[in-house]
Formats: sequence, structure tokens, C-alpha cells
Amino acid sequence: MTSPRKASSPAPPGTTAGPTADSPASGPAPADITAVPLRHPGRWVASAVVAVLFAMLVHSLVSNPRFQWHVVGHYLFSEQILRGLWATVYLTVIAMAIGIVGGAALAVMRLSPNPLLGGAAWLYTWFFRGTPVLVQLLFWSFISAVYPRLSLGVPFGPEFVHGSANQFISIFTAAILGLGLNEAAYMSEIVRAGILSVDPGQNEAALALGMPRGLLMRRIVLPQAMRVIIPPTGNETISMLKTTSLVSVISFTEILYAAQAVYARTYQTIPLLIVASIWYLALTSLLTVGQYYLERRYGRGVAARGATPPQKLRALMTSLRAPDSSGAR
Amino acid sequence: MTEPVVPMVKAEGVRKSFGAHRVLRGIDLEVAPGEVTCLIGRSGSGKTTFLRCINHLEKISGGRLSVDGELVGYRQRGDKVYELHDRDIARKRAEIGMVFQRFNLFPHMTALQNVVEAPVRVKKEPRASVVERAAALLERVGLGGRASFYPSQLSGGQQQRVAIARALAMQPKLLLFDEPTSALDPELVGEVLDVMRGLAADGMTMVVVTHEMGFAREVGDNLVFMDGGVIVESGAPREVLSNPTDERLRTFLSKVL
Ligand SMILES: Nc1ncnc2c1ncn2[C@@H]1O[C@H](COP(=O)(O)OP(=O)(O)O)[C@@H](O)[C@H]1O
Ligand SMILES: [Mg+2]
Repeated sequence: MTSPRKASSPAPPGTTAGPTADSPASGPAPADITAVPLRHPGRWVASAVVAVLFAMLVHSLVSNPRFQWHVVGHYLFSEQILRGLWATVYLTVIAMAIGIVGGAALAVMRLSPNPLLGGAAWLYTWFFRGTPVLVQLLFWSFISAVYPRLSLGVPFGPEFVHGSANQFISIFTAAILGLGLNEAAYMSEIVRAGILSVDPGQNEAALALGMPRGLLMRRIVLPQAMRVIIPPTGNETISMLKTTSLVSVISFTEILYAAQAVYARTYQTIPLLIVASIWYLALTSLLTVGQYYLERRYGRGVAARGATPPQKLRALMTSLRAPDSSGAR
Repeated sequence: MTEPVVPMVKAEGVRKSFGAHRVLRGIDLEVAPGEVTCLIGRSGSGKTTFLRCINHLEKISGGRLSVDGELVGYRQRGDKVYELHDRDIARKRAEIGMVFQRFNLFPHMTALQNVVEAPVRVKKEPRASVVERAAALLERVGLGGRASFYPSQLSGGQQQRVAIARALAMQPKLLLFDEPTSALDPELVGEVLDVMRGLAADGMTMVVVTHEMGFAREVGDNLVFMDGGVIVESGAPREVLSNPTDERLRTFLSKVL
């Protein structure tokens, strides 16, 4: 909308703009300014320094034999590492699922008019945010020392199922519980902030249309809260992906533990840490792309929707191939 | 001989307090089916609160309030009164449309989706027939070509007309308007009032909080002036506006006319 106007009014900001500049009485329009552009010597120096440092880094990475890139290449797709990678992925997915569902439940509890529910949710968050996740993981893995026997039944009444805790709480369960329950505490604050960010008028409108609470949450409030919830949840997911490495301390075989298992045998520590890092980087990059598209989806109706990067790239390619059609620029 | 008509809205001594703050102090009002009642009064006189009581967005603290012969928020069996379950309250609300000062359209849905949402999700009507009806309603409020626009892409007047279409899609027996044109630029007020005028002509029962005295005079069957949580004066709009008896109404009119 604005570009044709810009093009037709050559007066730069600051000069006599507005209707008088266009009126015939004021004579011919002033010519375009042809000024010598301002130099930025500082930028050039900084760029040069960064470029040299980067070159040194690349050179060292390539030429230092102790990185043992051939070992990296050898193990990057080895079965042991890939199995660890897979464990990292599903641990992240399950822990985040528990975190998001639990967090949403806690957030709704916090916002409920029932003070008991609100208090319980507050206490939960206080505890799980207030202790290190590493401690929580260790705690869950040693739970059988505290509760050697677990049972399911009527509170203080008869039991239906029971067994030794070790039977129920495997290392996998301990890892899931440790990461998921901790994450729920953080997610509850994120979801709560999201829900509170939605205009109360939305509630009113939905209630007035006869929507029951659940439908109102699901169709009206949460989709709008998503815009606020998604960016920090993306961060949490990326953070979770890396936090899963902590479960190596309770001997759960995810990618770091898998790498450690290899270098404990071969003493090729650095290359295997590089292997793990490459996979972490690959996964976080993937997550970043996913987050971009989710944000676009939930920005519907609110944010201006530009082209996606692939669309921009395609447009650029077309304009390069046909230079005449690129028009204005 | 005509049958005795059940009033669409019947308020008897309706009171409402927020804590110690007594906002409604005994409202008596009847709205007959097909009638347009306009509510006027200073800011803070309790107009919005009364409107919200009618569809139970607020719970009344005393008195009796019924819509189409049924108590709002309660069920009477014998001479005992029971509180309604949330589900039943929601079902009752679905029969009453409400239009807000600030439109409150769902920003993540297009105009058409806004209109289609409640009939499909709340009344569980088949989507295809609702979409057809919604398109016709948007056409009726003059927005046939804007169905796929998001609220942020519409002017205030257009948004309010979508909001009216959204309320109409539920086929309500009563429509409540809370200052529907107060948030609009002056040149956009007319297009919304025109739609409301059309509804009145079609026999829709409406309770309208408004400062548009021209609309009240022309379209209203009944004009009600509220002050300090009570109805001070009411009657035929022409009568009330040309011969105000109460001093407070005279002061109020001298400011808005
Ligand atoms: N939820 C609420 N809690 C406390 N006070 C309220 C609430 N809603 C309205 N009020 C008070 O009730 C009075 C009447 O408000 P309202 O019905 O909005 O008046 P009007 O619509 O006539 O301007 C005001 O003094 C307002 O502050
Ligand atoms: Mg009001």
C-alpha cells in the first residue's frame, strides 16, 4: 500500500513534505539527494577480526589431528550411537509430553477458583522448580530405597495390586518421571502466562454463545494462548533435549551414555563427544524449524504472514533467472 | 380475547452487589416478545451489569429474573429453587445472543469461522447447513465479500456486524446489545444501527444499552432510564425524551442530546 506513495513523492523526510509539496503552486519537485554515503570504518575492522578468528578456528579444526575426524565419521552413524540417539529423541518426546499435559493441568488448577487446587499446584511448582533436576533423577532411581513396596488400592483400605518398587520403577521410568515431572512445573508457568494473556472479553463472548468451560478453553482460549506459549515451549524442548544427557548418571543409555560407553573402551574421548554434539546440534536445528512453522500457524489472524524462507528462496531464484521481471528493484 | 403473553424478560426487584458495592438496587422490567427496549443512563449506573445478569454472566444477589418464563440460573420445583448445573446454564445462554461494545470476535478465526463456530460446536448442527446459513447472515449484514477475512483485517463497524451475525447464527430468541456503537468511529455507527434496525423490523426481541438517542426514539418500543442501580423513568421513547419528569433524566438528556 505504501510503496507507490513513496515512489511518487520524491521529497525526503525533513524537507517540506505534505500536500503543499505536491501542489502546482510550489513549482517543480526537488531533485533526489545524491550524497556521499557515511563510512563505517569500525565495522570493517570488526568484520576483519571476526573473519581472521573464524579462519583460525576452521584451520585448527581441520589440521589438528587430535580431533580425529575419521573417528567421528566412523562412529557418527554407528549402530550404538544411533540407538542412543533414538533413546534421546523418545525420552525428549515423552518427557515433554508429560511436561506439557501436566503443565496445562497445573495451570488450569492454579487459575481455578478452588483455593485447594490452586494451593496444591503452587506447592508442586515450588518443590519441582526448587530442587535440581539431577537430584530428582537420582531420587526417582533410588525410590525403591524409600518405598520398597508399591501398591494400588483404596487409600488406607484394601490393595488390588502390589509388588516391589524395583519392578515398577525401571531406569526408564525413573528417567521419564524425573524429567517429565520437573518439566511440568516449568510448563505450568508458561501455560498460565499464556492463558492470562488472552483478553477476558474472549471468555465473555464464548460464554455468551453458550460454550461450556471445556470447549471454551479448547477452542477459544488455548489457541490464542498458543502464541504466547509456543516460543518458550520451543526453548524448553531444546533445553530438554540436552537435559536428557543427565540421565546418563542413572545409566540410562541415551546418546551421551552411548558415546561414553564407546570411549570408555577405545579412549577416543574427543571424537565421540563431537559425535554426540553433532547430533544434538542437528536435533535442535530441526526443532527450531518446527517451532518457526508452529508460530506461523498460531499467529493466524494476528501476525502479518510473510512468505516462508523456502518461498522467499524460490522467489529469489525466479527473479535471478528472469532479471527483467524483477521490476522495481 | 388475546392469550396472556409470556414476557421475554421479566425482572422483579433484581438486586446485585459486588461485595459491599450495591450496583443494582431493585430493577423491575418487562420486555414483551418482539419488543425493542433501550436502556440509557450515566456510566456506572449498572446497565452492563443488568444486561449480564439476563444471560447469567453475573449471578443476581436478590429478586427474580426470568427469560421466556424460566428463571435465569435456577430451576423451580414446587416452591423450592435449585441452582442450575453449568451445563444447563450454558444451554440457556445459547438461546440468548449478546453483542459487546468491544466486539470480542475470535481473532484466530475468519469472519465465517466466527459465525459458524457456536452452532456447530455448541448446538451440534451439521457444518454444511451452518456454513450456508452463516454465509447468508454475513450477506445480510452486508459482509458477503468478507467471509474469509480475519477480524484484524476488518474495520470496527465491519467487526461489529460480524459479531451480530455470530449472535444471530445461534437463532436466539433474545438479543442483548451493550453499547454496540460506542467503540466505533462516528462514520461507522450508521452501518451497525442499520443492521439493528433491520432486526427490529423482523420482530427480533432486543434489549439495547445505547447512547444513540435517535435510534432509541425511532426503533425502540420502550425506553428505560437507569440511575444508581434503579429504573428512574421508563415509557414510550418519544414520551420519555420529550417530557422527562425526573430531574436526573433531564440532566442526563441535556448532556447527551
Ligand atoms: N465485576 C465487578 N466487580 C466489582 N464491581 C463491578 C463489577 N462490574 C461492575 N462493577 C461496578 O458496578 C457499577 C456499575 O457498572 P456497569 O454495570 O458496568 O455500569 P454501566 O454499564 O451503566 O456503565 C460500577 O460502579 C462498576 O465499578
Ligand atoms: Mg457499560
